[in-house]
Amino acid sequence: MGEALLKIEDLWVRYNTDETVVYAVNGISLELDKGENLGLVGETGAGKTTTALSILRLLPKGIGQVTGGSILFEGIDLFGLKEGDMRNIRGSKISMIFQDPMTSLNPVLTVGDQISEVLLLHGYTKETVQNRVDEMLELVGIPSKRKAEYPHQFSGGMKQRIVIAIALACSPMLLIADEPTTALDVTIQAQVLEMMNDLKQQINTSMILITHDLGVVAEMCDKVAIMYAGEIVEHGTLEDVYDPGREHHPYTAGLFGSIPDLTKEEDRLSPIGGLTPDPADLPAGCKFHPRCTRCMDICREAQPVDVDLAGDAGHTGHTGHTIKCHLFGQWSAQS
Amino acid sequence: MNNSESKYKKRSQLGSIWKRLRKNKTAVAGLCVICIFVLIAIFADVIADYSTMAIRMNAAEALQPPGVGHLFGTDEYGRDVFARVVHGSRVSISIGLLTVSIAVAFGGLLGSIAGYFGGPVDNIIMRIMDTVMSIPAVLLTLSIVAALGPGMVNLLWAMAIATIPGFTRVIRSVVLPTVNQDFVEAAKACGTSNRRIILRHIIPNAIGPIIVQATMAISGMILAAAALSFIGMGIQPPRPEWGSMLSSAREYMMNSPYLVVFPGLAIVTVALSFNLFGDGLRDALDPRLKN
Repeated sequence: MGEALLKIEDLWVRYNTDETVVYAVNGISLELDKGENLGLVGETGAGKTTTALSILRLLPKGIGQVTGGSILFEGIDLFGLKEGDMRNIRGSKISMIFQDPMTSLNPVLTVGDQISEVLLLHGYTKETVQNRVDEMLELVGIPSKRKAEYPHQFSGGMKQRIVIAIALACSPMLLIADEPTTALDVTIQAQVLEMMNDLKQQINTSMILITHDLGVVAEMCDKVAIMYAGEIVEHGTLEDVYDPGREHHPYTAGLFGSIPDLTKEEDRLSPIGGLTPDPADLPAGCKFHPRCTRCMDICREAQPVDVDLAGDAGHTGHTGHTIKCHLFGQWSAQS
Repeated sequence: MNNSESKYKKRSQLGSIWKRLRKNKTAVAGLCVICIFVLIAIFADVIADYSTMAIRMNAAEALQPPGVGHLFGTDEYGRDVFARVVHGSRVSISIGLLTVSIAVAFGGLLGSIAGYFGGPVDNIIMRIMDTVMSIPAVLLTLSIVAALGPGMVNLLWAMAIATIPGFTRVIRSVVLPTVNQDFVEAAKACGTSNRRIILRHIIPNAIGPIIVQATMAISGMILAAAALSFIGMGIQPPRPEWGSMLSSAREYMMNSPYLVVFPGLAIVTVALSFNLFGDGLRDALDPRLKN
């Protein structure tokens, strides 16, 4: 196995506000190879976006603070880079698609100007940039003659296509998509996802897809990490996490359990009880224990550790199927 | 070749702004009046000779009512009021435009830096501005002029310095909501530098209120220059200036009202035109109103 494209090791992030300290990300580790898609799934406030912003080093200044861990991109420690070097990486090697296309385009610049901006910043000259802008627009299915128009002249789905064109313009190695389809309606969602998949394969980009839509993940991703309260509670390949026959973290089970089943007659949805914990006041022990249906005494006191189930399931992949739960720790974590 | 294409694009953008501006009749009227006054200021020497008509005293022709020989009449020293209004436009319009340009340039820079970076940078800049603002503008301008000595250039700087804090505040306040918008974060995620974000993303989005504030301020500056000339700290006689013409005409306005009417009309017309034009320009510059 070669060097992983992106390696997050034991990342801790917190937000210092005037009143409290918010523990947004609590020791997560992830690995992503070239061309792989990772789905980052979790409820609102689970730390998904914080993780993404940490990779780009765009945490809000003075508030967001990385308190531990490292992020290696192509073997380079991103936290050790100078601001100027980091700027060169943003947009050219790592780029990000934001959640809401309505607000992530500048209303007073033409879309052509906005696509060419990122290209000009990363090595294109004024002579070559217009061809590339045309090419990118055609690639995302927008006639290139519309590049002189302003964002308000496009529909939501088309704006997201433009945002994607900007993100992919420099053929980045890593694309971070932060809920790229949440603001779109379902038919457009499918179109946009399909297009992203096609483009991704054309330029062989790795992607981190942040979402709370398990269906989107099933369609797009090779690997899945389920986040809860700033921790990755379950991580594995798509089959590992989605196969109902395998062992799962109670939270993952709850997430899947809350999806209505078309084959069964159900009057009510079955949500996970309770709310996500306040990240400023996380419970002791396992952070999921107040909502867990299989909570044990140990869960209230001791933090669970990652348990690798890969061996048990006969899985041979390079990243195991790990679950952070005491249910599975009885035989391997205690030794 | 591509270079000419980008030039073409720029022109067409200006063209579309012009197209939208043209639809606004009052703004076009304002622009026309401004153009007329600017032309008058440029060709003042052609219209009326400075040394023989505007400043030479002629007691024999003092206080003539408007007529064929003197279109706007003459003042108490027998100087032609029309010539003085024409030459006064040079002083008033250039003071208005220059002070506001200086104030917008400095205020824009300071305000957008303060708004964009926030925190201690914001605090330091804004506290300095508050300090300057705590001194009444007239008093501040007066003390600067008194220290530097009267004269057109000193007056310009003095008035600009007194105006900068106001502009800094306005510009910071229009920059602040823009800074937290997603497209600024998106621009950062593309590797855009802070300087470029301020110049290319934030200021264009904040341009509307800045233009309105600037046009309002131009008329304000013309009036302020007049006020300073009135107390002898501004433009020095015998150089004609609308404000000083007004104040020197006070004594004669009962018998010769035309002495205050014409310079007064000039001030009102120019000020109003700038306001109308600025209002129309704001609408035209906003592509969201385009259809």
